[in-house]
Parts: sequence; structure tokens; C-alpha cells
Amino acid sequence: MSSFEHAVVFALSIPYNIPMSYKLIELQSVSKSFGDLKVLDNFSLYVRENEFLTLLGPSGCGKTTLLRILGGFETPDEGRILFDGVDITDLAPNKRQLNTVFQKDTLFYHMSVAENIAFGLRIRHASKALIKEKTDYALHLVGLDGFADRMPDSLSGGQAQRIAIARAIVNEPKVLLLDEPLSALDLKLRQDMQYELIRLKEELGITFIYVTHDQEEALTMSDSIVVMNAGRIQQIGTPEDIYNEPKNAFTADFIGDGNIFDALMIHDQHVSILGTDFECVDTGFGENNPVDVIIRPEDVELVSPEKGTIEGIVKSVIFKGVHYEMDVDAHNYHWLVHSTKMVPEGTPVGILVDPFNIQVMHKPSRPDEEAANHA
Amino acid sequence: MRRRWLAAPFLLWSAAFIIIPIFMIIWFALTDQSGSFTWSNILEMGLADNIKALALALLLSIAATLICLVIAYPIAMILAGKKNGRNTMIAMLFILPMWMNFLLRTMAWQTLLEKNGVINTILRVLHLPAVTIINTPGAVILGMVYNFLPFMILPLYTVLSKIDREITYSARDLGAGPFQTFVKITLPLSKPGMISGITMVFVPALTTFVITDLLGGGKVQLIGNTIEQEFIQGSSWHVGSGLSLILMIFVFISMVLVAKYDPQSTGTAIGGRP
Repeated sequence: MSSFEHAVVFALSIPYNIPMSYKLIELQSVSKSFGDLKVLDNFSLYVRENEFLTLLGPSGCGKTTLLRILGGFETPDEGRILFDGVDITDLAPNKRQLNTVFQKDTLFYHMSVAENIAFGLRIRHASKALIKEKTDYALHLVGLDGFADRMPDSLSGGQAQRIAIARAIVNEPKVLLLDEPLSALDLKLRQDMQYELIRLKEELGITFIYVTHDQEEALTMSDSIVVMNAGRIQQIGTPEDIYNEPKNAFTADFIGDGNIFDALMIHDQHVSILGTDFECVDTGFGENNPVDVIIRPEDVELVSPEKGTIEGIVKSVIFKGVHYEMDVDAHNYHWLVHSTKMVPEGTPVGILVDPFNIQVMHKPSRPDEEAANHA
Repeated sequence: MRRRWLAAPFLLWSAAFIIIPIFMIIWFALTDQSGSFTWSNILEMGLADNIKALALALLLSIAATLICLVIAYPIAMILAGKKNGRNTMIAMLFILPMWMNFLLRTMAWQTLLEKNGVINTILRVLHLPAVTIINTPGAVILGMVYNFLPFMILPLYTVLSKIDREITYSARDLGAGPFQTFVKITLPLSKPGMISGITMVFVPALTTFVITDLLGGGKVQLIGNTIEQEFIQGSSWHVGSGLSLILMIFVFISMVLVAKYDPQSTGTAIGGRP
């Protein structure tokens, strides 16, 4: 299994415990522009209490701006933000019951680790004993006991980011906002920290709103994922929903690998891909209607030429550890195929796809719904 | 290592224009006209007039430094807060006067402040009472502040623009108001800039004689003027050197004092400490 598939499997195995009723944060038709650039376009979203919600999208999709609006560092041009039912759109950042972990290292470098963590408590005039107790507990939570007297410049990137998390959670916010906090870390550390964050969330029982452009990170950690592009929501759903049932070409293309086709819906349960009739399970897309279709590489089955729906030839094979990645040329389309069975280069093959694994999507109605690198 | 000889011109320069002159000052300071050893030049500082000149110099230069700090800090903050491009214009407004000669700038103030100068002429036209600024300690402080302000702004601007906006955001995020954020985060983080600025304003202000000459009109006598007179008006190079030596010690002491308040001392104040 690739690390990505591993992430998917892990995401599927997270037990969900979402109270379905309570909306802790509600964004109502929020718009924000910088100059001529519309960063958020009539954006509405609610976040449930205790949820791990991830805002996922390419850079420039508006996710960081959204987080800054929640933190109080940007004011929306239009729309309101409700927190616990109260309008906080114009509330100063220091008055909000949420804390942010920024992408960059933002530790106060003239203060020790303990002073950094205690900053919020000192502002609130907590007693010395309480500060000590909470600081120690926060250090313990992030696994850095004994670091209290260190100075920030003696910490590694991962340690600094954990202290930043400790500095935020020590204030017991109702919501923790995380702006790509792991992006500066190397792969191994990033994966460790992903599990740490999930554990932290379980222990603290608070809402996490997490911003990332890394789909694997999103699939691993989230209860819900909000896929964003060009300031609009493309899809909201659980990690499996997003992966298995992408609603448009953008989501399909952004999450995981996929073969995306310009196709024609002949009628219910029949779609024409590359001029060949494929059986599918989708209905309600009309008759002879242009649609987009995505087939995941692991759902493409290679059989002997006469048994396949269409015929092709294997162009290249790359060994990826758990599986082989093959490029199959069929009807002038380069199919990306993942399989544990290797088919040598140059072999004629037939392509077979289970009807259940053909995902039909409406054609994009706006440019932001299109695949970023549509073939 | 093999290219060490490339440093030779610099070493030669340092020897000729820094090290040898300092030893000459020490030699002059510790000898009399006939060349024999004496403490009398140093002890000249003990004369009432000289003590008064030194005390006034300290007072005026400290005042000028503090005024510079108070004016420069908000300017540096505004400059550092502006997006690139827009601030070049504002920065130019402060740098532009520096392209003009220091003496000319000071003489311009003389013309402005004179009894029948520009300011008083305008006041008279407006039927307002004339002001006497020229030839007062106030005029000298004004001259110091005007001439040395850029040297306070620039190091402050440099250090403030290096403080990430996210750091102040973090403080706000953790519950600090704008004022608390300034006192607990921005101010302490800008300390190295303040120390550089204080050094770069205080030292030239303490030793100046040109500003006093032009704006003090001989009525304000600072230690710099006393030393200048010893050298130029031919009184005695020996006494001038003795007083210079004492002044250097004062500068050194003040720098050590300033550096003491710099927790992560980078040696900016007393120069080039490793």
C-alpha cells in the first residue's frame, strides 16, 4: 500500500463521534477580496462542536484567508460569522474563544518555552501555581516534558511547532485553528505529528479547524473535509465521500490519482467513455448528456485483450513498493493503473472496470470546478 | 588563510588612522610641553568650567537621544508596517535631507531660528510675539535631534521590519490587546534596534561642537567645544588630548551601561565584541 492508500485506510478506521445537531461556528455568505482578487466568494459553512474539520485546497484557494477571518485578523467584506450563536464578525482577535497555530514559527523568541506557553494565562492573570500546573500539563501533552527552560532558538522545527500548539491549547479554547502547522516539517515527522494531533484532539475534546493543501494529511486526520478552490466550496464530506464520490472534476483530480474522462451519458447506467459503452450505476444524468467520469487507478482491472471492455497496450511499468504503476494506452488515452500484478511493457491488455467504480460527475458549470490539469 | 595578505591595506589603514592617532592622543594627554610625564592634562577636567561643559553635554545629548527615540519609534513602526513600495516614498522623505551636507543643514536652521530669521519674520507678519530659540540649549537639542534622527530611525526600522506580523498576531490570538502586545512583544523584540539607535545618536551628540557653534552662538559651551578650542585656538594639544581621553572613557562607560540592558547582547552598543 502506498502511504496515500494507507492514509485512506486509516481515515476510514477513525471512529466517528459527531453530535449532528450543534453548530459551534457558522459562516454566513462570507466574501472577501484583496484588490481585484476575490479570495472568498459567498462562502457559507458551519462547523459542529468537537469536529475535526479540514479546509483543503490548492494555494490561493482562500483557505488561509478563511482561517484569518475566523481568528479575527481579517474582516470579511460581506457576510457574518457566528460563534456559539453570537455574531463575532467585528470582535477583536484577543476577545475570541479560539486560538491559532500559525504556519510559520511564531514563538516569542525573547521568552523561554515556559514563558511562551504561559503567555495567554499571564494575560488573564492566572495564579503562579495554576500557570505552573497548566504549563507542565501542556508540555506533557505535546511530549516535551523538561523543555520549560529552553529558549525557542534551541528547538527543532517540530519541537517549535509543538510548543506553539501547547501555547494555544493551554488557554483551553473551544476551537483550535491550525494553519498548515506541519508544512515545514519533514515527511516522517509530519506523519508522527498527524497521529499526535488526532490524539490531542481526542484528549482535549475540542473542535479543530485545520487548513492544508496536503490531501493525505486531510484524509488521515479529518472528520469532515471541505474541498475549496477559487474561494468556493467544491465539496463537503467525510474523507471516504470525498475520495469515492467526488462531485466534480476538480475534487476528483485534487484528491488522489485518477483517470478523468470527457464522457457522454447515454442513458441511466450507461456511459460512453472514449467512444465505448461502459456500464455504470449512476442515474439521473439525462440522456446523451456530456459528463465527467473518474476512474481511480486501483479500480482499473487488466485482463486478456478479448475479455476487456476496451483494448490497450502497456506503455510503461514502475515499481512503487506495494503496487506497480502502469501506463496503458487505450483509445489514445493514457490510463493510469495501480495493481499488485505486474504486466510487462508492450503487452496487449483488455481494460475492465466494475460498474460500481465508475464515478459520473456533472460537467463543471464554473471554471473553479474544472480539474486543475484536465487531460 | 593564504590570502591573509589581502587584509594588509586594511591593517595599514587601521594602523595609520586609528591605532597610531589613539596612541598619539594618549601620549599628548600624559605629557607636557617639554615632553615629560604629567597627570595635569587629565586633571584639567576637574576645573569647574570643564565639569560644567561635560555635564551640560551629557544632559543635552541624553535629552536629544530620548527625543529622537520618542519621535523615531512611531515613524519606524509606520515604515515597517507598510507594504513594500509604498514605504520607499516615506523612507525617502527621511533619507533625502541626509544627502545634503551636515553643516549646510545646520546652517539652514540658523537662518530659520535667528532673531530676524525666517520663523520670527513669519511670526511678526502674523502679529505674534517673536521667540528666542537661537543661542539656547533648546536650539542645540533641536539641531542634534534634526541631524541625528535618521540614525535612530534606520536601526529601529530594520529590527521592526524583521518582526513577523504573525508573531504579533499570535500575541493578539492568545488574548493580548494591542497595547499589551506592544509592551510585551514588539518593544522587547526591538531592543537591539533601540540600542543601536541610542548609540548612534548619543555618541555624536555628546561630542559635537559644530551644532553648538552654529546654533549655540558661543553661549552654550559643551565639552566638545572646549576640546575644539584647545586644539584649534592653539591653547594646548596636551590639554585637548587629556580632555578627549576622559570623554572617550565616558562614551565607553555609557555604552557598557546601555549594553547591560541588552539581554541577548549582540555587542552592537560597544562595537564588535565577538
